[in-house]
Amino acid sequence: MFVILAAVIVLSSIATVVTKSIVRAATYLLFVLLGTAGLYFLMGYTFLGSVQVMVYAGGIIVLYVFSILLTEGGKDEVFKRKAKDASWAFLLSLVGFITFISVFLTHGFKAAVLSAPSETANAATTISSIGSNMLSTGENGYLLPFEAVSVLLLACIVAGLLIARKR
Amino acid sequence: MFDFQIVSTWLHGVLTGVMPEWAAILTESVLVALLIITLYAVFAIVLIYMERKICAFFQCRLGPMRVGKWGLLQVFSDVFKMLTKEIIEMRQSDRLLHNMAPFLVVAASMTTFACLPWNMGGHIIDFNVGVFFFLAIGSIGVVGILLAGWSSNNKYSLIGAMRSGAQIISYELSIGMVMLTMICLTGTMSFSEICQQQADYGWNILRGHVPAVLAFIIYLIAGNAECNRGPFDLPESESELTAGYHTEYSGMHFGYYYLAEYLNLFICAGMASTIFLGGWAPIYFPGLEGFNDVMAMIPGCVWFLGKTFFVVFLLMWERWTFPRLRIDQILSLEWKYLLPFTMVLLVVMALCVSLGLTF
Repeated sequence: MFVILAAVIVLSSIATVVTKSIVRAATYLLFVLLGTAGLYFLMGYTFLGSVQVMVYAGGIIVLYVFSILLTEGGKDEVFKRKAKDASWAFLLSLVGFITFISVFLTHGFKAAVLSAPSETANAATTISSIGSNMLSTGENGYLLPFEAVSVLLLACIVAGLLIARKR
Repeated sequence: MFDFQIVSTWLHGVLTGVMPEWAAILTESVLVALLIITLYAVFAIVLIYMERKICAFFQCRLGPMRVGKWGLLQVFSDVFKMLTKEIIEMRQSDRLLHNMAPFLVVAASMTTFACLPWNMGGHIIDFNVGVFFFLAIGSIGVVGILLAGWSSNNKYSLIGAMRSGAQIISYELSIGMVMLTMICLTGTMSFSEICQQQADYGWNILRGHVPAVLAFIIYLIAGNAECNRGPFDLPESESELTAGYHTEYSGMHFGYYYLAEYLNLFICAGMASTIFLGGWAPIYFPGLEGFNDVMAMIPGCVWFLGKTFFVVFLLMWERWTFPRLRIDQILSLEWKYLLPFTMVLLVVMALCVSLGLTF
């Protein structure tokens, strides 16, 4: 099952980058994100998997497609990139790849991956424990970051209203 | 109450007796998938016939009468017509996305269909975070609709898809808030536990009295909008946009949209019957033991289907009674009236639960 999901993720990621149509790229990205959600479900983290589907597949991708359609970006089929931009992107992704591989090789993740926990094995991550940790101030409490994020969202809403208001 | 888990554990025991564990699980998965697809098709046929007849009765007509007794075979003949039609491909459109979009919509719809609790122990997908998973998977269908509109290379389809996307995203908020209100009452997000609670203590709509009834009414409004059905059927308003995002589809690709639309109606009604009306739980009055025992004799799936078709009837009643709204009216109804109201409702429900005012 892991192999199938990994193949879907890898192939869709490659397709996302090499395709020439931007709407197709967004669609392939949807499959990458769904495959990632599948990995979470495989590990038994159903809450994280659902969040992945809801926020990324249902939210971000819809937002992407919407903005592509609204800005008529779907019409320019071919990107004309200069060689300089492409080389910068290539360099950055090379650095990222080397970092990822070195971390992967030095930390021996493989054994942990092979014995993936199931939903029954880690009953600690139920929705009620997530909720009580989110709103507790004690040990493992996340109340302060939770409130900080809500302030950030409030700022976003106010900024959006400011841009959209009638003068 | 008959527990369906007995059947599934028996089947698992038989299958593991003749084959290894992984093959048994694979066989069971294939069986369940076949079962879901069959039920999906059967319910679509039932719902289409029901919609035609109910629409006709609301408009003082007879509806389909010619094919078969009372027009019973009309839907079957329509299905065969659709299966034999040619699938037309547009020039200068994105063929891949055009052909893929219906499958996204149907896949999202089928996955939510599998979340419904059919009987005690008869769940197909039953996560700890069931309600949240249901909402998450349901939101993928929007991508399919948007892609369909874009890849048709037709401005009416595009406008229809944009309207549909905006409408579904907006009304999903109301549905989420209403479900939060009811989760506040039940204290769990797993469908099996929600149903079990209602079998033990009575239906949620009775336990939560005033806020639950108001939440049920809002769910009926938002549910009709979520399924793109009238009075909110703007995405496919025939007079302005021919048929909205599926104008350019023909044959079975159009059939998938048709199927998904009716099954989304069924899923919406099934969710209402699970969350408000007890799912497979029989009606229960404290004190009337004889009556409760008789009601518990009726199998859970009959209760579930009965309640679901009752809610389907309510939704169809709503559809054929009210005239169609304009797009700005639809969006302002959601953002200016329904959403603030559901937020207040959530607070009221939380107060009721914390003060012990629920049953």
